[in-house]
Amino acid sequence: MAGVLDAAVRLVGIIAVFLVLPLVAGQTEHKVMAHMQARLGPMYAGGFHGWAQLIADGVKFVQKEDVIPAAADRRVFALAPGVALIPYLVVMAVIPVGPGLVGVDLDVGLFFVLAVMGVGVLGSIMAGWSSGNKYSVLGGMRSAAQLMSYELPLVLAASSVAMAAGTLSLPGIVEAWQWWWLPWQAIGAVIFFVAGLAELRRPPFDMPIADSEIIMGPLTEYAGIRFALFMLAEYAGIIVVSALTAVLFLGGWHGPLLPGPVWMLIKVFALVFVVIWLRVSFPRLREDQLQKLAWVGLVPLALIQLALTGVVKVLAG
Amino acid sequence: MSGYFGSYGVVLALFVIGVAIVAGALSVNRLLRPHRPTPEKLLTYECGIDPVGADWAQSQIRYYVFTYLYVVFAVDAVFLFPWATVFAAPGFGMTTLVEMFVFLGFIALGILYAWRKRVLAWT
Repeated sequence: MAGVLDAAVRLVGIIAVFLVLPLVAGQTEHKVMAHMQARLGPMYAGGFHGWAQLIADGVKFVQKEDVIPAAADRRVFALAPGVALIPYLVVMAVIPVGPGLVGVDLDVGLFFVLAVMGVGVLGSIMAGWSSGNKYSVLGGMRSAAQLMSYELPLVLAASSVAMAAGTLSLPGIVEAWQWWWLPWQAIGAVIFFVAGLAELRRPPFDMPIADSEIIMGPLTEYAGIRFALFMLAEYAGIIVVSALTAVLFLGGWHGPLLPGPVWMLIKVFALVFVVIWLRVSFPRLREDQLQKLAWVGLVPLALIQLALTGVVKVLAG
Repeated sequence: MSGYFGSYGVVLALFVIGVAIVAGALSVNRLLRPHRPTPEKLLTYECGIDPVGADWAQSQIRYYVFTYLYVVFAVDAVFLFPWATVFAAPGFGMTTLVEMFVFLGFIALGILYAWRKRVLAWT
């Protein structure tokens, strides 16, 4: 009974984080981009700093007509937003925010995270294929190609941390973390973060939804609440990738003075800020540049990081 | 809620809740939205004018080679995980380190081969 109650409290916590943090990240993106690019639109609704924009968006999305094009494969088309969103919620079960503060401590946590995150991209591929729109298919294919290319550096960088910690459990990794891992795993951290961004199809890796070229890629035919679910998936993905980078490479809840969960939150939002900053500062990578960056840049660098981790670990330990 | 698979109970519960959240959002939308389909509305969107050609267009997928590369390397990379947790344990040490370099050498050779074959460039 106590076990069930304990699990229920943890679930409520995860759901609260899942429903609040992505919206905060979205709101932050509005405002940070508005400041960086001197945009007036996002600062208007509701008066002070456009605080009501998010609520207005929500009200609009929820009462829009649900249009499924005649050419679409209805069932797959309707399922795709759920397939894109739910994996990020499930991943949150194993991300620790403090000592003992984790949904469930799986002994294959890291492996589980990488496996489940890959499923999220399927939503985008399903959307592209089922829309019955040529631009959607192109976008879906690009999503698939991007997943293929960036999954490998992501896995290699993550396994470098697993080697350093000697465990695949995420709380175990954070407990084993020492400050000197920062320089030791620096290459891996950059690779993991960049590959994570690419897997989320965030700018500058947004070739699959390149709006000036293929309209909106897989999302072209989506409107209303289904489109909103895709957007929510994107922001939940940003939170998950930032949190994983913080857990694996930045020491999670470790930090002086402040309590652990506060440090975790600070690190996550610092990374979210970087994600937004990158979107504002970099032009979109062309499809071939995108593939080249993964195979010629990130994968060899990840192999170097693995060698470095192995040598230091065996010689020092 | 006990034993090895018991820890996956929370994961399963979270998955069910996720399905409920998505279903809830869609049914709230169903209650609030208008429903007035017209043939024009249900047309495939391309740029505002009528779509050109059918929805199944032929296109050349230029990056299918990356899929092969990925399958080859990802299968290798999966073996890293069980190895990563024990390679520095007492009694392994240098042996596993040498093995690691053999492994990395194979992967690097594969990428070098692909690069020399010019499949990493746009064709």
